[in-house]
Amino acid sequence: MNIQVLLFGIATDLLETSSLEIEISEDCTVATFKKELAKLYPKLENINSYAVAVNEAYASDQITIHKNDVVAIIPPVSGG
Amino acid sequence: MPKTSIKITSEKLNLQQCYDFVSDDGCGGISAFIGTVRNDTKGKEVLRLDFSTYKPMALKEMGKIAQLALEKFDIVKIAIHHAEGMLQVGEIPVIITASAKHRKAAFDACQFAIDTLKETVPIWKKEYFSDGEVWVNAHP
Repeated sequence: MNIQVLLFGIATDLLETSSLEIEISEDCTVATFKKELAKLYPKLENINSYAVAVNEAYASDQITIHKNDVVAIIPPVSGG
Repeated sequence: MPKTSIKITSEKLNLQQCYDFVSDDGCGGISAFIGTVRNDTKGKEVLRLDFSTYKPMALKEMGKIAQLALEKFDIVKIAIHHAEGMLQVGEIPVIITASAKHRKAAFDACQFAIDTLKETVPIWKKEYFSDGEVWVNAHP
């Protein structure tokens, strides 16, 4: 299935876009998604580390991504 | 009456608004934390900061912090307002106010809210120097 991935902060500069569409398998977990993403976009290695949000909430590695979920790459935050 | 005020805006933050929101006759004190844009980072002159946000999620996370602060500390109301977009040195990216019967809870709530905001809320700042720019916290 295809999912849309939102990018923020340094990730938008590294990949020169604020959103991507990528194909993942059904029952893909956040951990698997991160591995797929690293393969497709090795430039993301330049980030310290990043979190993944699913439907506007932080998602741990075990969470399964479903069709129509909103997935986002959250680089280290620096608000305040 | 809502006990929390959460806002992200590209307009200038309004301290009076944050004060008025938490002001309450039952309170003995109001504490405020105001973040300001500093003119240097590690000895290097900063010209301005650009704040970008994942707005719907940032609002949710800020709401969670406010709710947690209400549970953890004996406060009456709390406001957390954050700016987005380009800010010049001296301008205000964040204001947090909390009101409480007694001052300690108000101080503690403000400290907790700003510390947690810096760790969890999806907001990013880019520092602009005379010779380039850098995303804060982004690199190893």
